[in-house]
Amino acid sequence: MLSIKNLHVSINDKPILKGLTLDINPGEVHAIMGPNGAGKSTLSHVLSGKAGYTVTEGSVTYQGKDLLELAPEIRAREGVFLAFQYPVEIPGVSNIYLLKAALNAMRKHHGQPEVDAMDFLTIVKSKVKLLQMDEKFLYRAVNEGFSGGEKKRNEILQAAVLEPKLCILDETDSGLDIDALRIVAEGVNSLRSPERSFLMITHYQRLLDYIEPDMVHVLAEGRIVKSGGPELALELEEKGYSWLEGKAA
Amino acid sequence: MMTAEQSTYAYLAAYPTIAASLPGSDLSWLQQFRNAGLKAFEAHGFPNLRDEEWRYTNLAVLNKTQFAPSDNQEVDAGWLETYRLENAWNVVLINGHFSAELSDLSNLPAEVSVQSFNAALRNNAEALQTRLGKAVADDEHSLVAFNSAWFGDGVVIEIAARHQMSKPLQILHVVTASDALAATRNLLVVHDSAEAQIIETYVGSADSYFSAAVNECFLQPNAELTLYKVQAETDKACHFGGSYVKQAQNSRFMHHNFAIGGLLARSEIHSDLDVASECRLNGLYLGGNRQHIDNHTRINHLKPQGISREFYKGVLDQRARGVFQARVIVAEDAQQTDSEMNNRNLLLSNDAEIDTKPQLEIYADDVKCSHGVTVGQLDEKSVFYLQSRGVDEASARNILTFAFANEMVDKVENSELKAVLLQQLLARFPAISL
Ligand SMILES: Nc1ncnc2c1ncn2[C@@H]1O[C@H](COP(=O)(O)OP(=O)(O)OP(=O)(O)O)[C@@H](O)[C@H]1O
Ligand SMILES: [Mg+2]
Repeated sequence: MLSIKNLHVSINDKPILKGLTLDINPGEVHAIMGPNGAGKSTLSHVLSGKAGYTVTEGSVTYQGKDLLELAPEIRAREGVFLAFQYPVEIPGVSNIYLLKAALNAMRKHHGQPEVDAMDFLTIVKSKVKLLQMDEKFLYRAVNEGFSGGEKKRNEILQAAVLEPKLCILDETDSGLDIDALRIVAEGVNSLRSPERSFLMITHYQRLLDYIEPDMVHVLAEGRIVKSGGPELALELEEKGYSWLEGKAA
Repeated sequence: MMTAEQSTYAYLAAYPTIAASLPGSDLSWLQQFRNAGLKAFEAHGFPNLRDEEWRYTNLAVLNKTQFAPSDNQEVDAGWLETYRLENAWNVVLINGHFSAELSDLSNLPAEVSVQSFNAALRNNAEALQTRLGKAVADDEHSLVAFNSAWFGDGVVIEIAARHQMSKPLQILHVVTASDALAATRNLLVVHDSAEAQIIETYVGSADSYFSAAVNECFLQPNAELTLYKVQAETDKACHFGGSYVKQAQNSRFMHHNFAIGGLLARSEIHSDLDVASECRLNGLYLGGNRQHIDNHTRINHLKPQGISREFYKGVLDQRARGVFQARVIVAEDAQQTDSEMNNRNLLLSNDAEIDTKPQLEIYADDVKCSHGVTVGQLDEKSVFYLQSRGVDEASARNILTFAFANEMVDKVENSELKAVLLQQLLARFPAISL
């Protein structure tokens, strides 16, 4: 599904990722943990094609294609989805408009006709229900005036409608209350399938109680310094990151 | 190219032949009125950059071509129909002259009087005499004076007391003749407690022309006027359109201004507010290519307890230039005035430009006044967000621009007009279909 090899990325000539290697197979859930400023969001942005990042070395292969060659919208249409750590507010553009525009862009890319208006509403409303959101959110401007937790939930709603193949969740759990965390986690779990992979960035073991990962990685100083099973997250919760310092070398 | 002086002289030289065909040449009071306008124009020529109220708008293009009145009444009927609003009465002016044939005033109630300026002169010249030049004077600036001397026709509308119009009246200003000057003077009186809805649509099928309309509006006590202006002139046209409003006490004036066409367009909305009257000005200007779109407003709080709200948005692309000059004046006597002004601009290209100049002049002490201006570009984070959802970059930019502009279209209450504007906006900023 996704193969990142020796990835080096700089922002304004400042190296942020320094030789990151990671492989994700179809159906797998990988969690990435790591200290603030380690480069986790940078990785998520580079994977989704945000401007301003320079790849100085290494490669990213997604479903056999050179991901870094693709425009952001093509990556999205090919199934890469990023749930942002800080989703933007877009006044004047309703949620339902965005969902429809996005879904139709995907369908067109895959040679499918535009979604039927009634079918679309049925799909969207079922996903709204899955995430226990109020239907009124559909008609509000994207994220405008949403609470922190509502924004995160809205990101997962988009994922549920768009059904990506690689779903990157950047701290989707941060800012969610206890009940919302459970609901969002259930939403994510319902999306799990043998064809769909997840890359979950989180600071908290708690999320992993709900969504059990296949692998846990520690990203520090721009590379993966340790990988392990779900038990690694428990160990990190207990010991923090300092014992791993210097392991990168 | 002619100098401004040569051009003024050429217009003046052509005037005597034109004058004979202008309405009211047999009425001495109107002759005096026109002569005063002519004199003021002669003294100054067209406004120029040295005039404080014109410092951002260069009218040199008016000196390049000698625009002349045209009595041509030909129009492509099919094309015209695309601008006609169905659920409205329509007055059609072709090249500045009322067309009875193309206007549709069927079933107009007795309380709504609509006639051409020419007809009004024949039917009730005294009433015209008492109003003409009372909402705006020739010394406002020399384009008003020019209009006073040159106007060839117009529309005179009167809404009887307490009458509420059941549907709007659309005034379609259409120019079909090349290099035509379509100068109209329009009078509107909304009597006590009446409610009027008027839609002005400015379009053309000729390449280059000059459309110059002056509207004098009188709102009697408790009257309400909603006036929409859609300026969609051709891309080589010059447009000047001013609405000058006298608001009696407790009157309400709502204006929605959509400036989307023209090579050079200047709009003026001026209102004088008596006690406890309300003035709401909304506007949207969309400029591209080398368009120059100037919006000039003046809200004059003369008496206490007035309310004014002004909100203009602009989108400027390519080498377009926008001007927003807005004055709010609160006279010494206008205590408890409540006024807000806002202007937001979106520049889509590095070569686009906006000169925005809100001016608050407050001479009273117990007032609540605020104003704000923003000039910005599309938010790149939002562009990327939409791209990350599969929307291509061009569509993403169009969606965001549309959303910015649509806020003003959304304020239009007339559903038919709103739908028309929405279509124009979508055509201008196309994105994935819904
Ligand atoms: N535009 C920028 N210019 C300079 N440095 C930047 C820029 N953007 C990010 N950085 C730096 O890159 C580093 C990695 O940032 P990133 O957001 O990827 O961290 P993170 O691991 O997601 O942290 P957190 O856990 O706090 O979300 C940080 O040191 C950050 O300050
Ligand atoms: Mg981060």
